[in-house]
Amino acid sequence: MAEKVSSRSVLFNPFSKNNPVIVQILGICSVLAVTAKLEPAIVMGLSVIVVLAFSNVIISLIRNTIPVNIRIIVQLVVVAGLVVIVSQLLQAYAYDVSKQLSVFIGLIITNCILMGRLEAFAMANKPWPSFLDGIGNGIGYAMILIITGFFRELLGSGTLLGFQVVPDAFYEAGYVNNGLMILPPMALIVVACIIWVHRSYNKDLQEQ
Amino acid sequence: MARLRQYLDKIKPQFEPGGRFQALHSVFDGFETFLYSPRTTSAARYTTHIHDSIDSKRTMTIVIMALLPCFVFGMYNIGYQHWLAAGLEPSGHFWEELFYGFLTVLPRLVVSYVVGLGIEFIVAQKKHEEIQEGFLVTGILIPMICPPEISLWMLAVATAFSVIFAKEVFGGTGYNLLNVALVTRAFLFFAYPAHMSGDKVFVATGQPFGFGPAVPDGFTCATPLGQISQGTFDITGVGSHAISTWDAFLGLMPGCMGETSTLFILVGGLLLMLAGIASWRVMLTVFAGALCMGWVANIFATPTYPMASVEPFQQLLYGGLAFAAVFMATDPVTSARTSKGKYIYGFLTGVVAVLIRTYNNGYPEGAMLAVLLMNCFAPLIDWCIVEANARRRLARLVRSQK
Repeated sequence: MAEKVSSRSVLFNPFSKNNPVIVQILGICSVLAVTAKLEPAIVMGLSVIVVLAFSNVIISLIRNTIPVNIRIIVQLVVVAGLVVIVSQLLQAYAYDVSKQLSVFIGLIITNCILMGRLEAFAMANKPWPSFLDGIGNGIGYAMILIITGFFRELLGSGTLLGFQVVPDAFYEAGYVNNGLMILPPMALIVVACIIWVHRSYNKDLQEQ
Repeated sequence: MARLRQYLDKIKPQFEPGGRFQALHSVFDGFETFLYSPRTTSAARYTTHIHDSIDSKRTMTIVIMALLPCFVFGMYNIGYQHWLAAGLEPSGHFWEELFYGFLTVLPRLVVSYVVGLGIEFIVAQKKHEEIQEGFLVTGILIPMICPPEISLWMLAVATAFSVIFAKEVFGGTGYNLLNVALVTRAFLFFAYPAHMSGDKVFVATGQPFGFGPAVPDGFTCATPLGQISQGTFDITGVGSHAISTWDAFLGLMPGCMGETSTLFILVGGLLLMLAGIASWRVMLTVFAGALCMGWVANIFATPTYPMASVEPFQQLLYGGLAFAAVFMATDPVTSARTSKGKYIYGFLTGVVAVLIRTYNNGYPEGAMLAVLLMNCFAPLIDWCIVEANARRRLARLVRSQK
């Protein structure tokens, strides 16, 4: 990246203007898969923040020694190593959540956001901006995950983080949880609604 | 009538740009063109899909007329089933049963129209467009394809969802990819499965506005398809009296309001065909596809899939297949547009509908999913037909140039 970018914009741009999920439309598959409940969504978000930040730093440190031809392989090895560490930690300290997340922690390796940031940013920048970029994009991803998870759990199960939120009086009056919210298609529609709201506030992002 | 025209003309300037109520222009326009033929028809303007001197409001009105026989019979049947469920002799109470059905349906019809038209009006106001008339038909279809006593708030949520996400986001009437009424039903079906299937929901048991005899608590009665999918071939209706093939054709059996009576659906279908509104190609090929698949399934019938053992023609009598064929698959917006494409589209709809109800015991009825699936494929079918035609003509041109 030729022009000088401020650490501020590196960290904060991915929150909104350049959000990996709702602007770049990356990492949609894991958003669909892990957001049926809020808790796995939060854990998944944190895992991605950690893996993205540290893989960005590591790749940035060795960016000048990686042969161009095999750079993707090197990136994958670094990410895979970190993912294994995260996955082992989760299994040790949060076994239930790691069972709910099943393969999706492992599939962080193939998350397009990671490969995208490594290729586009870490390969061309110093470790500190790369770290901030990783944190920023990770938080941008986690935010969308948490918003989606919040609405899906609230409307689909009537709970938040496993605690019942919708009062019993509602159920007695005939309210029923929306089963469709638990199914993946609804995640797509919730994300679409977030994009809708986001674009209507950011007119410059609207396509012609 | 002349006085109404005069009144409309008198208040019209207030709704023109600059007038006092200019914000409500599209609402006024909607009512005016509903009451009187507009001066301009779609021959002169760009509208959705009709290139004729009939505008889409008149088209919709004819569809509503075609739906009326089904609608009236549906109301009567709701009452008839309710009388049976109460343990009373149903014959001889025609008007009471009709009135009971009317009271059951009325709130659902009102909710469906108020929510759907409300959203359409708001969107039309915001975009400064005319109000699209598409919801006129959708609004009456929605209560007809839902169980008679579906909760009003569920209906409202589902209608709002489908009008916004299946129609308005695609650009409104004429641009929707999926049939809006069926999306409403699909939403209800997946969101509130306990209220959309099973043996408790298809007979009205309540007393709307305190009218009608009481039904004992815990009353259950499965639809014919529900019974067959459980392996019961001696189909019984409410009160364990057998449902004959004739009853099934006439429609005196539990089910959603519009779909039970194959006879009145065919009457409506005939009207649509005579008026040239709905495509006979789609209607006939859906029936043909269902018969073919029913016949194939019947040949390879096994006890694992009880639905395969019924006679092919019975596939047309039970469940929503006939209704889907006549009123859903023929929707001019979401079906294939080319004539050849319509044959393919209709045939596959029939095949898939029977395929789902036969080989997926979890879904006793597949007509809704079949139509929605084929809605998705309709543009592809059209594209192939048009491309094949272009290629054939190109080849002919090249030959003639040699």
